[in-house]
Amino acid sequence: MTSLRQFWQSGPRRDPNTVAYIVLLVVAISFPILATVATGGQGEVMINVAADAGVYVLLAVGLNVVIGFAGLLDLGYAAFFAVGAYTYAFLASDHGRVTPLGEPIHLPFWIVLFIAMFVAASFGVILGAPTLRLRGDYLAIVTLGFGEIVPRIFKNASVWTSGVNGISALDIPALPLWLQGPWSGDPFAIVPDFKIISPLAYYVIMVLLLIISVVLVRNLHRSRLGRAWMAVREDEVAAAAMGVNTVAVKLLAFSIGAAFSGFAGTFYAAKLSLVSSENFGFSVSITIIVMIVLGGMGNIPGVITGALLIYGVIFILLPQMPEYATGFANSVGLSGLTHPSGDFPGIGEFISRLKFLIFGFILVVVMLVRPQGLLPSRQREQELQKGIAHEDTVIEDVTAEVGG
Amino acid sequence: MTVQPAAEPILRIDHVTKRFGGLVAVDDVTFDVKRGEIFALIGPNGAGKTTLFNGITGIFPPTTGRVVFQGGEITGSPPHRVAALGIARTFQNIRLFEYMSSLDNVRLGQHCRMHAKLWDSLFKTPAERAEEKRVTDNAIELLKFVGIEKYTHVYARNLPYGSQRRLEIARALATNPALLLLDEPAAGFTPQEKVELMSLVHKIIERGITVFLIEHDMKVVMGVSRRIVVLDHGEKIAEGTPEQVRNDQRVIEAYLGKQH
Repeated sequence: MTSLRQFWQSGPRRDPNTVAYIVLLVVAISFPILATVATGGQGEVMINVAADAGVYVLLAVGLNVVIGFAGLLDLGYAAFFAVGAYTYAFLASDHGRVTPLGEPIHLPFWIVLFIAMFVAASFGVILGAPTLRLRGDYLAIVTLGFGEIVPRIFKNASVWTSGVNGISALDIPALPLWLQGPWSGDPFAIVPDFKIISPLAYYVIMVLLLIISVVLVRNLHRSRLGRAWMAVREDEVAAAAMGVNTVAVKLLAFSIGAAFSGFAGTFYAAKLSLVSSENFGFSVSITIIVMIVLGGMGNIPGVITGALLIYGVIFILLPQMPEYATGFANSVGLSGLTHPSGDFPGIGEFISRLKFLIFGFILVVVMLVRPQGLLPSRQREQELQKGIAHEDTVIEDVTAEVGG
Repeated sequence: MTVQPAAEPILRIDHVTKRFGGLVAVDDVTFDVKRGEIFALIGPNGAGKTTLFNGITGIFPPTTGRVVFQGGEITGSPPHRVAALGIARTFQNIRLFEYMSSLDNVRLGQHCRMHAKLWDSLFKTPAERAEEKRVTDNAIELLKFVGIEKYTHVYARNLPYGSQRRLEIARALATNPALLLLDEPAAGFTPQEKVELMSLVHKIIERGITVFLIEHDMKVVMGVSRRIVVLDHGEKIAEGTPEQVRNDQRVIEAYLGKQH
């Protein structure tokens, strides 16, 4: 009984994240229904986009372990994403036939998922082992280099990777069992060996994988290892003097992050059925870092929110802006603006050219207004208030008797 | 319950020298710390006291010489291994994990005594939960022991100065050490606080932990330590009881300057 009361007093009741998790879960569950209703049964496009966004959420949750928890600036995270994607492409397509191997390999998606995690984590160890002995900034540069090298290798080792053409026609993942129903326009039935083609199926699997990932990462954060990460982030010398093997702990954070990236890469490749070295550039790494910083570094719900928002801005809002602008100009009677005249390319094209200026502007404004991120971790919030220390700033509630 | 000093020294500093380039910070220093005693290392600023601590704990390994702890050589062992073997320390300029609660600081101290592996942490196995509970209870007990339990859930940086020093001691005790190194634990304390700290040091000794402390202020250690070593410019200039040290000509010169 005591332990139960203690748990209740010390834990979930006061955790503002509980609310955030519940909101995110409700949104995730209701989204497909809302999308279908709102579009009058044509919600597939939106559900498809949401499933793609899930890949970025997964990447952000993984990179958050590296940057947010352990404080290691990894600028080449997309490289592990590429490793995961190409692992799937090699192990689950006919591509093997055109390589010197001469034989196609067709492993099931779920097995490749684990292989890709393992391969990406191994790359993380290989890269991290020599560099994590050094301090912060060195790691940033080394990972930056690694992030540049990996896509280039995939691009230029064309005997194995088909170079710029990438690898296409990857296997469609299958589930051993799936529940069919009216939501997919079929009668109720349990189908074996279900090919995951419909956006809804992808979406459901993505959400399930995300829930599992978040639970696991959250467990890690609140464990011996999570504490060690925090300690290393704050003061490596003190952490070492307290018995923390700092190199091992950092290496673990780095390779767990890499494993997540490999995992996301596999899912991404399987869904797109295509991999190309173009998709894993520096801009992908930076986008994920932006998601983390803007959402609230170190705080899982914050990072998820940040990922969803940034994804929405980059992949939905910005591409549609020219259309909106044109529509707006027409509706206010300025339809003359919609056509090119002289140097002016027309409002749509004009806005299209300004896309990334607008994106940059949004980022600058958000970071000025809310430097700690949208849903910051408590530590982060405090760090940004440095100098305004209050003795009475408590994390939970001091008055609660911890001893029970 | 007082532990009687045993014959075998818990820590042996054997001809330890530490050079930083041309600067000799610690010069061929030799002494023993006996089990169960309060041993003090004193000396003026810049005498090499902290450098010696860093040499013992593996943060900056000695250039030459040996450090022997409980019969085994630990010269050059990395800090986390030294901590696991049973040497804990505090820092002269407090190095707490500022954005972690007092509780988490002390729980972190128990890191090297915990067994949870990655797998246990990922899946919150019953063994992991039980261990976390044990570690939390132990941390609260230690916070009470040093007298700062009212700050259990407060960020370390928000504690008053004196409590931060106490929290550092609690965190060091959490590693379950046989030998505790305190680097100027009373720095910046009022006379009243110094008295309180010394009574805490006596309580630590009663737990069977040997205390090896650095102090800048001679008066503080005179009351607590039976044996004192004095360093000046990296060299050992005196060793003995407080009375012997107080009356030693070289010690007086080191502290007050030569008489003309």
